[in-house]
Amino acid sequence: MIPVAQPASGTAAVPAIEVRALCKTFGSNEVLKGIDFHVDQGEVVCVIGPSGSGKSTLLRCVNRLEEPTSGTVMVEGVDITDEETDLDGIRTRIGMVFQQFNLFPHLSVLKNLTLAQQRAKKRGKAKATQIALRNLEKVGLSEKAEAFPAQLSGGQQQRVAIARALSMDPDMMLFDEPTSALDPELVGDVLEVMKQLAREGMTMMVVTHEMGFAREVGDRVVFMDGGVVVEQGKPEDVLGNPQHERTRLFLSKVL
Amino acid sequence: MKRSTRRRLTQGVLYAAFAAVVLFVILAADWGKIQSNFFDLDVAVATFPEIVSIAAKNTVVYTAIAFVGGLLIGLLMALMKLSPVLPYRWLATAYIELFRGLPALLVIFGFAYAVPIAFQWRPPGGNAGAGLIALIIVSSAYIAETIRAGIEAVPKGQVEAARSLGMNPAWTMITVVLPQAFRIITPPLTNELVILIKDTSLLFIAGMAIGDRELTTFARDALTSQANATPLVVAALLYLVITLPLTQLVAKLERHNKRGR
Repeated sequence: MIPVAQPASGTAAVPAIEVRALCKTFGSNEVLKGIDFHVDQGEVVCVIGPSGSGKSTLLRCVNRLEEPTSGTVMVEGVDITDEETDLDGIRTRIGMVFQQFNLFPHLSVLKNLTLAQQRAKKRGKAKATQIALRNLEKVGLSEKAEAFPAQLSGGQQQRVAIARALSMDPDMMLFDEPTSALDPELVGDVLEVMKQLAREGMTMMVVTHEMGFAREVGDRVVFMDGGVVVEQGKPEDVLGNPQHERTRLFLSKVL
Repeated sequence: MKRSTRRRLTQGVLYAAFAAVVLFVILAADWGKIQSNFFDLDVAVATFPEIVSIAAKNTVVYTAIAFVGGLLIGLLMALMKLSPVLPYRWLATAYIELFRGLPALLVIFGFAYAVPIAFQWRPPGGNAGAGLIALIIVSSAYIAETIRAGIEAVPKGQVEAARSLGMNPAWTMITVVLPQAFRIITPPLTNELVILIKDTSLLFIAGMAIGDRELTTFARDALTSQANATPLVVAALLYLVITLPLTQLVAKLERHNKRGR
């Protein structure tokens, strides 16, 4: 058998993600204003907040899809903003799921799952296929291996996207509003897959508007507004008994 | 006058004018002369089989060489124009703007006559080869812009997905961006191919050996030796035999692309 997950490079004491004094500006627009944030190994952290609060930008800074303007981002103890860091290597350990799925439309589902395994992890075709099929089974889409993305529903596409990320055997998963582009009746299947992952102990950072998911699955909820972390804590505290006026205002609108 | 009456009257005038022109052409044209000069069966038959086995074949071969060469250099120039390295962008921009701005005829002259005189160097393949180099260069400038537009039309999320999986920029370009870009630009590229088929006729000014002649050169020579325009008509029909299926293909691809979106 193939080992399911690679051993984490750090010890359990090292946070999976540690962000310090992170600032990000787009032109004159200050999106992140000095964020301190961390995700421990095995922890599920849900980031909530109004649109424009900077939560997606924070998530995209973690694998450097966005270049931080200042501050540090450590992944398993490695500073990813350091020019000497092997960014591609780090990224194979950080699975990412996008709001718009971003499956490769010209490739079959199976090829979507094996491409990066072969090109970035240098796995052989047979091994890559085996791992891909195992992850497709995990998200309940074994029968869709030969289908193309356009033939799938939004919910199925997002589950394929999750399976694609999992096929790299990542140490952690980033979810950027994974259900926001889905029809309401398709949200449940995707959330179910994410819950399963959380139960298996996957480290997860989830930017979401699904308060039910945050309450049920999250170990910690972080509320962001205006480019800062306003408050964080256990889901029942932040969602049930918010301490800040801005949190209360936001929750009154979405709950 | 009522609106409907006025409309009928206008249409009636238009039809009458059309009928008058047709009638005039039929009566005024010298059909015998047209037939003997443009549609002389004996002259037409005499152009075969060389007009197909040499001329049409060469047209197709030259087009293929110029298109493949144009694609390779065009791809290189498109990638250079999108490169983060500034001098590469400059070079590609200069190349593209220069050769899109010059008449193909002038570039062909340059390689067929100016370069050999200036550098005592003859391109391989004689004058036909020299003309082909010019065609490759000119077509690559157009194709480069088409490919660049195709690459930029691939959604940014595709690159982000590939990079977030740990794929490096080169593999991302080769396995994710380019396959989608070429799908997007298939119709304009096919158009480019059709234009190239016709542009091979410009090679005629390079002055070509007997066996190297393409359709237009061949027909021009036959026109001179036979003092009859029929070879031009045969060449014209052969061009249509080559280009019409391609233009139909473009139309089909465009319909298909529209459906897919």
